[in-house]
Amino acid sequence: MNDIFFNTRDLAVGYKGQVLIRDIDISIKKGEILTLIGPNGSGKSTILKSITKHLEAIKGDTFITDASVSRMTFKELSKLVAVVLTDRLKPELMTCRDVVATGRYPYTGSLGILSDDDEKKVTEVMKRVHTEDLAEKDFTAVSDGQKQRILLARAICQEPEVIVLDEPTSFLDIKHKLELLNILREMAKEKNITVIMSLHEIDLAQKISDKVMCVSGEVIKNFGTPDEIFKADIIRDLYDITDGVYNIEFGSVELPASKGEPDVFVISSCGKGINLFRQLQKDDLSFYAGIIYTNDIDYVVAKSLASEVFSEKPFMPISDEVYEKAVRAMKNCSRIINAGVEIGECNRRLADLIRIAEKSGKLENAGDKI
Amino acid sequence: MSDITERLADEENEIKSAKLKRYARYNTVFVFLAVAFVVITVLNINSGSVGISVKEIARIIFLREGDETAYDIIWKIRLPRIVTSAILGGGLALSGFLIQVFFGNPIASPFTLGISSGSKLIVSLTMVVMIQYVDYISSFAMVAAAFFGALVCMGFVLLASRRVKQQSTLLIAGIMIGYICSAVTDFVITFAEDTDIVNLHNWSMGSFSGIDWDDVWMCFVIIFAAFVCTFLLAKPIGAYQMGEAYAQSMGVNIKRFRVLVILLSSLMAGCVTAFAGPISFVGIAVPHLAKLMLKTSKPIVVIPAVFLGGGVFCMFCDYIARTAFAPTELSISTVTAIFGSPIVIWMLLSRKR
Repeated sequence: MNDIFFNTRDLAVGYKGQVLIRDIDISIKKGEILTLIGPNGSGKSTILKSITKHLEAIKGDTFITDASVSRMTFKELSKLVAVVLTDRLKPELMTCRDVVATGRYPYTGSLGILSDDDEKKVTEVMKRVHTEDLAEKDFTAVSDGQKQRILLARAICQEPEVIVLDEPTSFLDIKHKLELLNILREMAKEKNITVIMSLHEIDLAQKISDKVMCVSGEVIKNFGTPDEIFKADIIRDLYDITDGVYNIEFGSVELPASKGEPDVFVISSCGKGINLFRQLQKDDLSFYAGIIYTNDIDYVVAKSLASEVFSEKPFMPISDEVYEKAVRAMKNCSRIINAGVEIGECNRRLADLIRIAEKSGKLENAGDKI
Repeated sequence: MSDITERLADEENEIKSAKLKRYARYNTVFVFLAVAFVVITVLNINSGSVGISVKEIARIIFLREGDETAYDIIWKIRLPRIVTSAILGGGLALSGFLIQVFFGNPIASPFTLGISSGSKLIVSLTMVVMIQYVDYISSFAMVAAAFFGALVCMGFVLLASRRVKQQSTLLIAGIMIGYICSAVTDFVITFAEDTDIVNLHNWSMGSFSGIDWDDVWMCFVIIFAAFVCTFLLAKPIGAYQMGEAYAQSMGVNIKRFRVLVILLSSLMAGCVTAFAGPISFVGIAVPHLAKLMLKTSKPIVVIPAVFLGGGVFCMFCDYIARTAFAPTELSISTVTAIFGSPIVIWMLLSRKR
């Protein structure tokens, strides 16, 4: 308990006295990154707003070290917590530098005039997030990615212990997403700033977070390290995915497999089949895949997209049972596609399979066709 | 190594020169406003249905001597009117600025949100009742009534703003409130005693005329105090321009801030209405022009510029109202509308890029 920096105890949040989510027990250490994931409208923003005191908690409280957030004045809180919100900001006639400088608010005098020291800090932070070129540009004229970085700079300028970000990566393209998250990661590690945010991209959440909380339904069911959270069943349950498959190894999602009796047999290995699998899925053709070792990346995708996968344990010779099943299935198909295979000592029977296919006259090479 | 230090020095210089450029701009704007203020004051004193020479005017003002009629015209008619239009103009523009910050809407103002009309209604009711039963109405009662009317209307607009999220709907609600209040005021005027009507009618159209020095002092104290308070709020206003949520996260006590802004803007709008009737467009046009000239929305420079600019704008409009078709006098709102509405239209069009 002693090295826990930020925690919520028995927190219940919602609007107008109506509880939306209860039993929120976050506990993270200083400099850790906590990510809230969950479907749209599940209440990620509501939790974040309650943590930052933008919304009154219905029950329970948030604590930074041991100080209660609900008992702090806004002024005290402003030196501990800074925010990056989803509100689309349209400040009038403000340069990017002006926006960043508003972060110094808690530290300036009663008229809000910046000291030389404040100015230096603004310059420093803008450089830190690679926005020094934007300083004199009008805030409304820069791109979404740049805006988000400016707003992050503003938050850092506030010299907080905790930064709370509500979906900082929406509206950004993949490059800017990575850039932003990378800056956050560096901030957390270098300056020991604790980061709490919500993300839509579960693949990114998996990679950047120290702790993850799943938000859906009235109680928080899962809170833990990414290793504990990113399991196919937890994620599928969280997002209520029934069609389509969440791919735990890649952190990505495949569309649901085509239905119906398979009429195509794909022989592949070493990832060469993936594109073909996806193409067949798009053409709404159901297919068999085989014979693939379970440690092959083709296997991971085929499992999601093929109606049946004939597989063998890694580095084992292909067993009679699997081989015969595959041959039988192949005979029932009108097309057999060889997407490319590597044949070695233990999978020599794959060559036999291809020979049978060749004899039947149904074999196509993926290179010819797709 | 020296390369890096050189580059750092360069960057620092760049920031410094940008800052200096800004300050130069602010200075230019304030000098311009001050000069305009002096020029229009002189023009105003110097014009009227009775011709008085500049020499005579200088003698009357600085030496307090001269022809009795001319003396009275200058001291009892022209000067109070000029000072009033300057003070009330400043107050009205500042009230508009505060309301725009509050609602985050560039075309909100005491006039468009019906707040001026609300004050007008309560003031005219008070006037009719007081004249009927007491035969006298004090300036203080007028201001109090106007302030009350402004607050009531502000309350309605706030209620509406909770329900509607769209800014344009809020404006329409405000305009409708304004119409209702004006209609009731007209009704009151129609059925008022004959002698009151002339007074009420002139006033309800908006005019800076007929104000004595006691009233001028009262205006000055109220508006100037409100100006100082607004200036002291420059820091939270700046934060609030980033939106309520950000302002709060910077440490602004939002509830207290909102109450202060409502009280200040209602007080100024009410005070203007009590003494000069409802005046349109000043509240929108002046803050917009001030920000455009300064090329910033930083409250610490915008607030004094709006205050000064409002004074200059109203003095100028009053000058036109008095002289354009002399001896017939136009109502002040006629002139402010002619100069103010094109600015608002232009503003809306340039925003839709």
